[in-house]
Amino acid sequence: MVGFKVISSVKLGIKSLLLHKLRSGLTMLGIIFGVCSVIAMLAIGEGASYEAQEAIKKLGSNNIIIRSLKPAEESQKSGNVGRTFMLEYGLTYADGARLADTIPGVSRVLPMRIIREAVRFDQNEVPCQVIGTLPFYQEIVGVDLLRGRFLTDYDELYQEGVCVLTMGLASRLFPYQDPLKMSLKVASSYYKIVGIVRERNTVEQRSQPGKLTEEPLDNNIYIPLSTSRSRFGEVLTRRTAGSFQMEKIELHQITVQMKDTTAVETADPQIRTLLKHFHANNDYELIVPLELLRQARQTQRIFNIVLGSIAAISLLVGGIGIMNIMLATVTERTREIGVRRALGAKKRDITAQFLVETVVLSIGGGVVGVIIGVITPIMVTHLSGMKTIVTVPSVLLAFGISGAIGIIFGLYPANAAAQLDPIEALRHE
Amino acid sequence: MKKVAESKPAATSSGNGSRAIIRIEGIKKTYVLSAENIVHALNGVDLSIHQGSYVAIMGPSGSGKSTMLNILGCLDRPTAGNYWLGGDNVATMPDDELSVARGKKIGFIFQSYNLIAQLTVIENIQVPLFYQGVDLARSHDRCVELARLVGLGDRLDHRPAQLSGGQQQRVAIARSLVNDPIMILADEPTGNLDSRTGTEVLEMIDHLNADGKTIVLVTHDDKVAARAHRVIHMKDGVIDREVLNRPGAPAGS
Ligand SMILES: Nc1ncnc2c1ncn2[C@@H]1O[C@H](COP(=O)(O)OP(=O)(O)OP(=O)(O)O)[C@@H](O)[C@H]1O
Ligand SMILES: [Mg+2]
Repeated sequence: MVGFKVISSVKLGIKSLLLHKLRSGLTMLGIIFGVCSVIAMLAIGEGASYEAQEAIKKLGSNNIIIRSLKPAEESQKSGNVGRTFMLEYGLTYADGARLADTIPGVSRVLPMRIIREAVRFDQNEVPCQVIGTLPFYQEIVGVDLLRGRFLTDYDELYQEGVCVLTMGLASRLFPYQDPLKMSLKVASSYYKIVGIVRERNTVEQRSQPGKLTEEPLDNNIYIPLSTSRSRFGEVLTRRTAGSFQMEKIELHQITVQMKDTTAVETADPQIRTLLKHFHANNDYELIVPLELLRQARQTQRIFNIVLGSIAAISLLVGGIGIMNIMLATVTERTREIGVRRALGAKKRDITAQFLVETVVLSIGGGVVGVIIGVITPIMVTHLSGMKTIVTVPSVLLAFGISGAIGIIFGLYPANAAAQLDPIEALRHE
Repeated sequence: MKKVAESKPAATSSGNGSRAIIRIEGIKKTYVLSAENIVHALNGVDLSIHQGSYVAIMGPSGSGKSTMLNILGCLDRPTAGNYWLGGDNVATMPDDELSVARGKKIGFIFQSYNLIAQLTVIENIQVPLFYQGVDLARSHDRCVELARLVGLGDRLDHRPAQLSGGQQQRVAIARSLVNDPIMILADEPTGNLDSRTGTEVLEMIDHLNADGKTIVLVTHDDKVAARAHRVIHMKDGVIDREVLNRPGAPAGS
């Protein structure tokens, strides 16, 4: 019996709303925009932060990355300007050993030398990064081996002249030939290509510290650390604006892999203290992906709250629109209310009737809003390439709010209708 | 016309009995507009109405006819006095019970028809049943039959706006019958109609009375009142005098 009454009430509500199609449509529009903007805004926010978080995750949440930094300008100027002079800075092999020995919870310490050089094969010349590192780079940083093999302990031990190329570089240098077993030339030495890898992500993609949205540099060549040391030497020469600049630098980067994330948290301050002790001139920076991840999540939470509130306000405005229209409707239908009361309708029947109308309006608007709200992010992704993620909770939230708004803003007009005196209502107009 | 009114009651006289379905005792209705301005719309009315009777209420404007009918129809509660409707004292009923009493025991016919604009003829007839929680699908046939009875069997899906005033009033009559009420209350049912359609509607009401329905009708028209068994004249909120049109019709109280 109750079910039947509900169904007939909904039918009746729809019928009454259809009497004023334009008015009902316009009223729904407020809710449609509100729901749509809640879903779309949260989807865009979610997408943006997802990308950032993925980028950070690839750095490895168990890792702590320390990079050498060229000291600030003023300290350089103290040398003789115009003449060649040597700048000595950066991480050292000793730092690596100290980190491995003194910090608890360290699993492995991966040293890297990163030198910018042009690599040549035949007529082709491509600027790239020559990364001297150890075989377990593959596991810590994460590269996929496509062909051949990665560097081995043997290569390291015997300072072999071998190298592994990234996919992009390989295709640029060898458009027609099979790169495997070929030799290429970097500076004045030759290296035999033993493998091709695809980078998942490295910190080198970030040309500036703190910035996460750099184009990936797919021009890497990996050689054994010992080979890099013996062939390039500790002193690197760089040509800058007409003058030579000599830099003495042992290591460009040390990636410390910790046993687990709790170890990362305890090790972070310890590593800072340790490095501060040996590097007074601040020629390094520490990147803790776990910390960045936490910050990114925090930022996203704030972002979501702000976006959500803006969208919720538009829903609120939609709700006020509904209430306004319903109040007008109640006035307009006062006579009908009186007739219904005379024919046996209780107060709560009248309340239900008008409440059903507002809920139908807001749920109807909610459904259309959800549809548009799901389509909008897809369009945004399609047109701008921005990543968007429509989450189920955001859809439920938007839909739930629209339903709640229907009830909250419908209650007052519905109650006002029910409280009308039947006689006065019948006499209306 | 008078002949119709007089020839029919024979059929109902057996049902008349002496059982009063409605009894009013010392009903007062007072509107306090301000401290000095107090309106006594009804000022102590006693009245009994028996099963199957046909009562007309007359009187000058402002004499309290509509107020009286509203109280009889459970739309309003008296300020003082008792109102017994089929055994229940309506005067003290809470609002929800008044609604139920209206829905089950009273049929209304209004001067301005008061059909619901967005509903069709058949749906309008169904409204009182809806609020009693009756299954509309099962009672559909009965509603169609009522529509046929008032001569609108071929207009079931028309909306009020597509009907003439007389037709609308006939829908209202069908609607007033659908819940099989104890009595039908009509406040100037022909006030908005021309004399011919008015007569049609009145004849229909006569038929209802002939079939045993109790009718209470407010009118300004002597010809209309002449159809009733009993004419109650009101003045300044009290019953001024009472006229029996038909010999043997039961008198009040
Ligand atoms: N809601 C109200 N507030 C104040 N006074 C009222 C109210 N309703 C009715 N009255 C007064 O009660 C008195 C009786 O009114 P009622 O409507 O019963 O008259 P009536 O006999 O039906 O008149 P008419 O023939 O013009 O319809 C009038 O004086 C009217 O002004
Ligand atoms: Mg009146």
